[in-house]
Amino acid sequence: MTQLPDGRYVDDAPYDPQASIQQLERRDLDAPNWLLIWRKFRQHKLGLFSGIFLLICYLMLPFAGFIAPYTPNERLSEHLYAPPQSVNFFHEGAFQGPFVYPIVAEADLETFQWKFVPDESRPMPLEFFCPGGSYRLAGLIKSDRHLFCAPEGATLFLWGSDRLGRDVFSRILYGAQLSLTVGLIGISVSFLLGISFGSVAGYFGGRIDWVINRVIEILRSLPELPLWLALSAAVPSNWGPVSVFFIISVILGILDWPGLARSVRAKFLSLREEEYVRAAEMMGASSGRVIRKHLLPNFMSHLIASATLSIPAMILGETALSFLGLGLRAPAVSWGVMLNDAQNLASIEIYPWTAIPMLPIIVIVLAFNFLGDGLRDSLDPYES
Amino acid sequence: MPILRYAIYRFATMLLTLLVVSVMVFVIINLPPGDYLSNQIAELRASGQEAGVAKAEFLRTEYALDRPLWQQYMIWVGFMPGPNGFAGLVQGNFGWSFEFDRPVSEIVGESLWLTVLVNLAAVLFVYMVALPLGVLAAAKSKTWIDYTSAFVGYLGLATPNFLLALILFYYGHKYFDLPIGGLMDPAFEGQPMGWDKARSILIHLIVPTFVIGTSGASAMMQRLRANMLDELGKPYVETAIAKGMSPSRMLTKYPLRVAFNPFVADIGNLLPAMVSGSVLVSVVLGLQTIGPTLLTALKTQDQFLSAFVLMFVALLTLMGTMISDVLLVLLDPRIRYEGRDA
Repeated sequence: MTQLPDGRYVDDAPYDPQASIQQLERRDLDAPNWLLIWRKFRQHKLGLFSGIFLLICYLMLPFAGFIAPYTPNERLSEHLYAPPQSVNFFHEGAFQGPFVYPIVAEADLETFQWKFVPDESRPMPLEFFCPGGSYRLAGLIKSDRHLFCAPEGATLFLWGSDRLGRDVFSRILYGAQLSLTVGLIGISVSFLLGISFGSVAGYFGGRIDWVINRVIEILRSLPELPLWLALSAAVPSNWGPVSVFFIISVILGILDWPGLARSVRAKFLSLREEEYVRAAEMMGASSGRVIRKHLLPNFMSHLIASATLSIPAMILGETALSFLGLGLRAPAVSWGVMLNDAQNLASIEIYPWTAIPMLPIIVIVLAFNFLGDGLRDSLDPYES
Repeated sequence: MPILRYAIYRFATMLLTLLVVSVMVFVIINLPPGDYLSNQIAELRASGQEAGVAKAEFLRTEYALDRPLWQQYMIWVGFMPGPNGFAGLVQGNFGWSFEFDRPVSEIVGESLWLTVLVNLAAVLFVYMVALPLGVLAAAKSKTWIDYTSAFVGYLGLATPNFLLALILFYYGHKYFDLPIGGLMDPAFEGQPMGWDKARSILIHLIVPTFVIGTSGASAMMQRLRANMLDELGKPYVETAIAKGMSPSRMLTKYPLRVAFNPFVADIGNLLPAMVSGSVLVSVVLGLQTIGPTLLTALKTQDQFLSAFVLMFVALLTLMGTMISDVLLVLLDPRIRYEGRDA
């Protein structure tokens, strides 16, 4: 026991957070697996933080219309390429509550561009729960209330406006709806294909295994993007945005399954020899039942971790396709579609805020990577 | 010579794979309804230009587009005589580009070599960056060197290639006066290769190489670090340290050699991603590789051109993987010669 200068007593023995988990005779030895995984995962701070962040992002999606001050295709033709505005609290040293300075467009006769100058004499307070452009909450309930919006006679471009005078911030929120779900749909497709092919190959072996293995090898050795491009070029141009969105997600998933199938197959090859599988077969369980009830649950958690790690690839894939003009198309809003505007150097040099959608992409991809790493590390709760 | 036998075996499997790939490419290219010429004919009819229709009809029979799909495929690859006898990929005839009204080989021409060059440079970059950084990060694990390299690595993985390209181009031009866009000075385009042209290409290569290689390098660096850390925990390392060996000599003499194998084998996984990246980056940066050609060809449904580019890209990856496999066997005699089994 040592006494610290501030009078607290501290045990001299080194503290090991893993000690209680590694105890041989611990009380929670019969705790369910998910609880053990959760306990270990909780210690992976970065992964936990990323997980919470992603959860918030996904929960926000249905309410994007409510949070965004503008609707995605609302054009303010007086304010093309307006720079980001800041929300202030103090006007000339006095607390005012959140307000913005209205911006006034002036023509610059030297560069022949519009210059937007904030009028610092007139603070205009933000409005809350105010009526604005109408949208559908979660795609169902029609509403025109917004969490906050610009005061009458002023604009509110938190992250600037684009070449048609649309609010970048609102469009990023709406874009998240498509950009974030593309990964989920894609991964479901890839999961379905990967698990079916992988388990069939691993469980039955023989000729089926050989064929599936060759297919996996071939697909894995090909560059994905040119094939994605070719497949998306085949999408008819007269399809609506929703069907294009679905087909693009499916395309992203179709080329992603081989990696998953390979790990499923390898697992099956080793698990097939286990005694409980033999026992289940002896008792007359069909192959489908053995695969679904006895084998898959064994490494479902591993699959989920690896799926988490491959979602970012899909999000980046959608962005790349839309960026090149072969993915989602306007009027659909996704981060890739938005970046399409920032395609040339001139616009990045003069209007750097049109490239802002890259920030959410980087943050989301990083978060998925950290979450996946954390999950993978905590999957084996009995290991130190 | 078992190594020679293995090389031949690998080559044969590559050819078979290529055959399967050609079927796949052909099917994908023909997925959209109609073809370039039938669309053109419909357009000409609609605008009442009957004169052009005859030419398009002629081209349709000339390139066998009026036959069933499987016959088109056989003619394209060169397994079956077309209207002009055997004239397919196998015979070295790459087809006709309807959009540019020139033979495909003439359009892609120089850009094929530039594509190979760009990808080669990127692979070299990956090795040159990942090897020292990975070893350093493992040797100094849990220090600021390790954390910084991990952070940069993660950032490299998460930033979309094409954005990195734009940003680097902008700042490269602003602060280092690097040239913007293209793979050579416009003055050298179409000129025979010379000393000045080579220099111009080299300077233009800096940014694209960096952009294409970054994500691959960070992935490889992390894997090399993990492999090295595994090795560093083994008793023989302890023995070497106890003997009083200098740390740098110990590192390079033992654990690095063991951790080196996966490093070479990895190129097979890395190459598809890098070729993908190079296509995208070429479009953004306007490099004269086949990336932009592919994009226009796909958008205009110029089928022979896009099919050839896809085949070439696939061939490039398959060749790279094959070479890395053969190298791996040379490097490590323990590896069995009967193909790779996961």
